Amino acid sequence: MRIEGRGRIDRTREVKFLFDGVVRAGHPGDTLASALMASGQMLMGRSFKYHRPRGVLTAGSEEPNALVITGHGGRAEPNRRATMVEIHDGLEARSQNRWPSLDFDILSLNDRFAPFLGAGFYYKTFMGPGKTWEKLFEPLIRGAAGLGALSGAPNAETYEKAWAFCDVLVIGGGPAGLMAALSAARAGADVILCEEDRDFGGRLLAEDEQVGGQPGADWAAALAAELAGMDNVRLMPRTTVTGAYDQGTYGALERSGQHLAEPGDLPRECFWRIVAKRAVLCAGALERHIAFRDNDRPGVMMAGALRAYLNRWGTVPGRQVAVFGNNDDAHRTARDMAAAGLEVVALVDSRHEAENLAGDVPFYPGWQVTRAHGGSALEAISLRAPDGGERRLAVQALGVSGGWNPTLHLTCHQGAKPLWDDRIAAFVPPEGAVPGLTSAGAARGSFSTAACLREGAEVGAEAAGALGYATTPAALPEAEDAPYRLRRLWAVEGKGRAWLDFQNDVTVKDVKQAAQENFRSVEHMKRYTTQGMATDQGKTSSVAALAILADVTGRAIPETGTTTFRPPYTPVAIAAMGAGGEGPGFAPRRLTTSHAASAARRAPMIEAGLWYRPSYFPQKGERDWQVACDREVRMVRNSVGICDVSTLGKIELQGPDVGRFLDFVYTNTFSTLKPGRVRYGLMLREDGFVMDDGTTARLDDNRWVMTTTTAAAGQVMRHLDWVHQALMPQLDLRFASVTEQWAQFAVAGPKSRELLDGLLDAPLGDFPFMACGPVSIGGIDARLFRISFSGEEAYEIAVPARYGASLFHELVKRAEALGGGPYGMEALNVLRIEKGHITHAEIHGRTTAFDCGFERMVSAQKDCIGKTMAARPGLTGPEREQMVGLRPVDGLGRLTAGAFLFNEGDPADRIHAQGYTTSACHSPTLGLPLALGFLRNGRARHGERVRMVDHLRGVETLCEVTDPVAYDPEGGRLRD
Amino acid sequence: MIELAPASPCGDLLPLQVGDMILAELDLGSLTLVAPFAGQVEATSDALHDAHGVGFPDPGVAIRVWDTLCLWSGRAQALLAGPEPDAALASLAALTDQSDGWAVVRLSGAGATDALARLVPIDLRPGAFPPGSAARTLLGHMTVTILRDPADVAETAFTILAFRSMATTLVHELETAMRRVAARAEAG
Amino acid sequence: MRITCPICGTRDRREFYYQGAAEALHRPDPEAGEDAWDAYLHLRDNPAGRTQDLWYHEAGCGCWLVVDRDTVTHEIYGATLVEARHAD
Repeated sequence: MRIEGRGRIDRTREVKFLFDGVVRAGHPGDTLASALMASGQMLMGRSFKYHRPRGVLTAGSEEPNALVITGHGGRAEPNRRATMVEIHDGLEARSQNRWPSLDFDILSLNDRFAPFLGAGFYYKTFMGPGKTWEKLFEPLIRGAAGLGALSGAPNAETYEKAWAFCDVLVIGGGPAGLMAALSAARAGADVILCEEDRDFGGRLLAEDEQVGGQPGADWAAALAAELAGMDNVRLMPRTTVTGAYDQGTYGALERSGQHLAEPGDLPRECFWRIVAKRAVLCAGALERHIAFRDNDRPGVMMAGALRAYLNRWGTVPGRQVAVFGNNDDAHRTARDMAAAGLEVVALVDSRHEAENLAGDVPFYPGWQVTRAHGGSALEAISLRAPDGGERRLAVQALGVSGGWNPTLHLTCHQGAKPLWDDRIAAFVPPEGAVPGLTSAGAARGSFSTAACLREGAEVGAEAAGALGYATTPAALPEAEDAPYRLRRLWAVEGKGRAWLDFQNDVTVKDVKQAAQENFRSVEHMKRYTTQGMATDQGKTSSVAALAILADVTGRAIPETGTTTFRPPYTPVAIAAMGAGGEGPGFAPRRLTTSHAASAARRAPMIEAGLWYRPSYFPQKGERDWQVACDREVRMVRNSVGICDVSTLGKIELQGPDVGRFLDFVYTNTFSTLKPGRVRYGLMLREDGFVMDDGTTARLDDNRWVMTTTTAAAGQVMRHLDWVHQALMPQLDLRFASVTEQWAQFAVAGPKSRELLDGLLDAPLGDFPFMACGPVSIGGIDARLFRISFSGEEAYEIAVPARYGASLFHELVKRAEALGGGPYGMEALNVLRIEKGHITHAEIHGRTTAFDCGFERMVSAQKDCIGKTMAARPGLTGPEREQMVGLRPVDGLGRLTAGAFLFNEGDPADRIHAQGYTTSACHSPTLGLPLALGFLRNGRARHGERVRMVDHLRGVETLCEVTDPVAYDPEGGRLRD
Repeated sequence: MIELAPASPCGDLLPLQVGDMILAELDLGSLTLVAPFAGQVEATSDALHDAHGVGFPDPGVAIRVWDTLCLWSGRAQALLAGPEPDAALASLAALTDQSDGWAVVRLSGAGATDALARLVPIDLRPGAFPPGSAARTLLGHMTVTILRDPADVAETAFTILAFRSMATTLVHELETAMRRVAARAEAG
Repeated sequence: MRITCPICGTRDRREFYYQGAAEALHRPDPEAGEDAWDAYLHLRDNPAGRTQDLWYHEAGCGCWLVVDRDTVTHEIYGATLVEARHAD
């Protein structure tokens, strides 16, 4: 129900929304929880395990009960706290974990079986043979228990991530945070002020109190407006700082578009990485419950929350109200309720010595509330007098306060444990545990408004001062400075179930039982009872639970300790953390200059590293890729083919010491390479295994260009930088990537020379195999290399990338005129398998130069990376698996890559494996399947037979072992 | 003789305008990586100065004199943008032509800093990254060079160099960020 | 995590490539023998506390760095250029 004249909502406008399919109305400024309460809906959820009816307990992000799903389909989001959902026109919210409806929930039967369902119930009961747990019990339990469910549809919402930088990050925009921001900002520091709520003010929004002679909320709004006007301040409302990470990096979740009816391009949430030189934690405090029988009935709320609903939103659960507390702060609720004209039935304070601070209300010092009555709404409470006498009072709302816990979670995100402060019976932040982070106000255990203002101003100035800004403390407005007095009370003695953790249905009895069963460590108790898990992470229950554990086990609270606080402070959707990584944002796409032309020919693309390369170029009437691939292979063997090889890494090296440098990174010698010549080289890792291969050309005396494989280009660059900077800094050379500068195309096949002679501005003349040199095409300076991956006479021609598309078009046109055309990765792969050329399928990180048959490429005349370790025992010799060619004995059987090799007659199991295949293809040139692989002592076994078994694909083929080079072993075709 | 037609890295993807922000392709002219050989930084700087009026920039610095821009672009190297490099430089520094290697775009408008804050993990606010600043960093998953051209003092504008092959991704990432920033401006 | 690159200033960890212990700087002579090479390649301490390791500022200046840091407190004491160490 609404209370006239109370609250800070805009009553002139009405907002319509849906709850469980029924149209409801609220006002701008309402949360879903306040609007539902105003419309008389106190039942907002069903509990996790027992499906007990639950209402809203708090007014903030710590809410354990009032969890809802908003939106539907791909826009649905489960487990949203109704206390944090701002209503807007068209909002759709549904209650969770109930069937068929919130009011009538079949599984509330669970509650009747509660005696059997206590802590450890699952572990003790659902033990069965074999897989009964995962096949039977777990699915049943998961169906019955739980919070909201995902829709199953792909998330249709957008999210984003962003960076922010500041001198001073202020976490929390209550009185302490506002003053901290003001002090730091006036000193000149760059300030970011993050506030979880829509509005700044913190508790001032929930209290009826004066600050600086005006209502606290007005004072806060005025100060926030002043801060907003300062150039060096950035206000971030609706932003929860969720984690404190190393070197001053903070994670923060901003609910950027979720509160709007029509967010447009505005993402639902933004996950911020805030880098701050200093930070001030002013996150306030969270009120805690007192456990008593059935204290979870809808209508039983935190005393501070009850007050917040009245003062901020002008709503209460009902006209008759009681308050139960163990501290002075609870009295404010009774006072405010009475002032609002509500009937305060009782102010119950468990302290005998307590004085009534609430004015003219029935006061029960030394009494305790022993039970809440009612079902889906609170109807009455039972009180017990100090002498044991009982009394029953009819109420619709009960505010409970067991004291306040400083919101110190962030200070413990780097592994520190909080410190126990007996004075306030609560944990306080371990100062200095997060470098650069200081706390102030209620987050540090100073609860009065005056103390919050003072500490905020001090700590804000201190933070700016530490960064070298001259500071003068901001003048403090006058404010409430009442002492905080309490006597600890965690649970009221008595029968029945007294609830601690509402979200996980954990009772006092469960915690005691855990201790009895020797789960005495707080971490064990948590896992055994599930106390402190799920979305609220025990914010309202953990201290009480461990206090009870401490009592039962006869230890003090500090000795018992807390569980570990880890990020995030409140739930963060994976979608927000991964924002930007979906769809094309997953990785950059690298497109060649011929991409559009290849796409126009409907070439399917294959990813090679980040590059997109054409698999094959389908022609009309071709049944499948194999037909196209075979045609392209024959085209290269018989006429001429064009292939974009720009994706290979290209690194230009210059300087007097390039030769010496290359001698050290390659196994073979490059210092002897003459200008105008190209050499194939092999690079090892320092452990002796092959890292990469490729050709390096010496363009002139001083300039060399190295090629790497497409996938290893980044790794090779990193390696070259390492070798130069760490191992050979005395060498005078410089190198830079030119992969992007040059578009490079292979022109391969017996008609390649004919094509080039028609294309180049001057006839090529004598240009032998492994030559390189400058050429001119249409007046453009280009580079020509006579190298061959296909085994045919072949050239690679490189032009500045701006001409790539144009040259590709020209090359393909001319190739087609000669009976050739473009070829893709499939054909390229077949051509190289036929020639026994290696790729990263063979140099996969576990093969040596010896294994690949390149041991003679490791120069004996010089040291090189990997040379010493490549000579280790076990890396050479007949026991090694050595590269071989394989073909089916019958010329027909299927060959696959990744299959294992066995001797004829041996069982096909792991210990009998003789090797494996790495590449396989159908060779249209030879008319049979071919494979490359590694076979134990393989080079000595040419002509032998081995069984190839592919267990995964169910293929078995008897193979003949051959030399890896199946086509033109003498190499005449590429040289002549 | 055949005629080869040049194509720009971003082609018809640009220009585009979102809210108050404009993303356009830039032609900086000839781009030459200048990496002084051992002990030749000062001599290179002098030669650069004599021939092109700009010195060799310190880390994080971009220098412009008329049509010549010289920006720091990594360990012991700078990118000379505009003219072809003077021949006198060749004996002092490794010169590598990268004129075709970069997609160069200019993002301008009041929201430009906020748009880049969605993609770039360094502080690009005017106080931290004033005109004349250059940085090697990330934009999304891409390695980029970002600079505030010393000539861009009148408005907020960033020049961004990314791998030519990644031009499509560069434009997509920037456009998405620009839309998000514009939506915020609209929402108020 | 943020590392202060001697060239570029303080940058987010994602700009850096992590390599491993700084022992990799001390490459033995080819003739140093199996033990020296085995130690160089494979034997690593796993300190709870201060450690020096190698990072490559891959998305920045391209410098290899030795980062001096604490594995327990996560404090970073500083970073130096690998290249500069040879000048000593």
